[in-house]
Amino acid sequence: MKPSAPSRLVYNDPGWIDTLAAWLLALLWILPLVYAVWTAFHPSEYSTRFSLLAPLTLDNFAHAWAAAPFARYFLNTMLLVGMILGCQLVLSTLAAYAFARYEFPGKNLLFALVLVQLMIMPDILLVENYKTMARLGLVDTLLAVGLPYFASAFAIFLLRQTFLGIPRELDEAARVEGASAMQILWRIYVPLARPVYTAFALVSVSFHWNNFLWPVIITNSVTARPLTVGLQVFSSTDQGVDWSIITAATLMTSAPLLIGFLLFQRQFVQSFMRAGIK
Amino acid sequence: MRTIDRTSPSGSTAVQGWLLLLPAFILLLAFTHYPAVATLIDSFYSTPKGARPSVWVGLDNYDVMVHDPVFWKAATNNLWFALATIPCSIGIAMAMALWVNERMTGRGFLRMAYFTPTVLPMIAVANIWLFFYTPGYGLLEQIAGLLGLPAHNWLGDQHTALGAITVVAIWKESGFFMIFYLAALQSLNPSLREAAAIEGASRGYFFRRVLWPLLMPTTLFVMINAVINAVRMVDHVFVLTRGGPDNASTLLVYHLFQVGFSYWDTGYAAAITVVLLAVLASVALFQFFVLDRKVHYK
Repeated sequence: MKPSAPSRLVYNDPGWIDTLAAWLLALLWILPLVYAVWTAFHPSEYSTRFSLLAPLTLDNFAHAWAAAPFARYFLNTMLLVGMILGCQLVLSTLAAYAFARYEFPGKNLLFALVLVQLMIMPDILLVENYKTMARLGLVDTLLAVGLPYFASAFAIFLLRQTFLGIPRELDEAARVEGASAMQILWRIYVPLARPVYTAFALVSVSFHWNNFLWPVIITNSVTARPLTVGLQVFSSTDQGVDWSIITAATLMTSAPLLIGFLLFQRQFVQSFMRAGIK
Repeated sequence: MRTIDRTSPSGSTAVQGWLLLLPAFILLLAFTHYPAVATLIDSFYSTPKGARPSVWVGLDNYDVMVHDPVFWKAATNNLWFALATIPCSIGIAMAMALWVNERMTGRGFLRMAYFTPTVLPMIAVANIWLFFYTPGYGLLEQIAGLLGLPAHNWLGDQHTALGAITVVAIWKESGFFMIFYLAALQSLNPSLREAAAIEGASRGYFFRRVLWPLLMPTTLFVMINAVINAVRMVDHVFVLTRGGPDNASTLLVYHLFQVGFSYWDTGYAAAITVVLLAVLASVALFQFFVLDRKVHYK
């Protein structure tokens, strides 16, 4: 073996150029957020002047909070996200169990029909879904914002894969003990799939916390608007409001997700990974 | 003791299976399949106005579409938007993943910085970018000012508005795609690298001949997602440009929104939706029949 071989083992470790480039890109990527934090926590005269002596303040947040019904928007978003996630978990668990462990005529066709939703998301079918909501008398309600998302093909797919990986011997043993199908689902399948539930929950919550297009169409009053729509109404109607207040509102609406992400970074990244790799 | 017979299930288990599926399936039918079919049908009917109900108009809505310059503008914009966001975000995502996968100083910070845009609401970050782009005031202007460049209204200029919203989209989704590459890289066998080292392969060679082909399935998966995103990502347009100036930055879904919910021309909106559905369906068919058959390295 050549004497240079051991040093070659590290030959494609990153050099200083890589480290520098990676850091520059990271700083560029985080810059908008840093800038927003700067603006939101300083008086507006410092929003474009950078000085270490600039006084810190929470006034911008107080102004934003007082200028629009953000408390209500927060409540709406939290109810919405909770309602969607709850329904998605229950409905897709049942459906995934059926696909994984039951034999019935038309199973493959039905599964293919479920998968259609992976490509044709409800956000494209705005006009027809609006008509449906109008017929149901649900326009401008939280229920209408959530309803098209209650059944998630993605969750069904993810859970079906997981359930299929659970050894059948487990349910046969439980069946011998006299457990019913629902008990088996609840006592064996659901606990074993817990990491997948966590992964899906994180993805679903961040998706619906951030969702905008369908909510902006189907809502038109404070009582049904989620945060994203509220923020848009706030920042577009109050032209002339200074930037510090808008950025404060912006940070406020993203704060729960951002803080959650910073605290549970690893879980977030792993959940998105797990959810993405089918 | 009950026994279960796997080969020929009794009628009752089939009924149980259907019942378990029923609630989810009804909702899927109501909000995915029914509206998709109804859109197609409605695209052949006129928009009901006041007391006048909608009537069969054949291809009239499509005729309106073909002669609507804004539709073509939106379609062209969307094409450019896709052609820019897809390769850029994939390339950046791959670079990010390769870096974060190494033992690099501050790896945790890097991963956090790259991924943060993914978890933030597009509506919120678009506000921050709006501030960035503001002429004479925003950060971009200040940097340009320091370099002695003239002030420029990035969002108000027809030539730069589309570029400005494209940059935001790339910034938003690169970190998301990074995750998939990172997962793929972490599943690779470390001995590949050792073997390449012993063989004396250069870094570039190792990337070209080993990593690139092994990452191909991930790249195609990410690409499908990037195409879908290029169709549906419009939240930032609402904040940054509202499709302007003079439709210079409008995208298909934004145009659909305007036709359907500003002008309430639901017949024409249905025709535009059909076009979008056709695009998404062809992506799906391409994935199903071409990619899923060809790309399997496992």
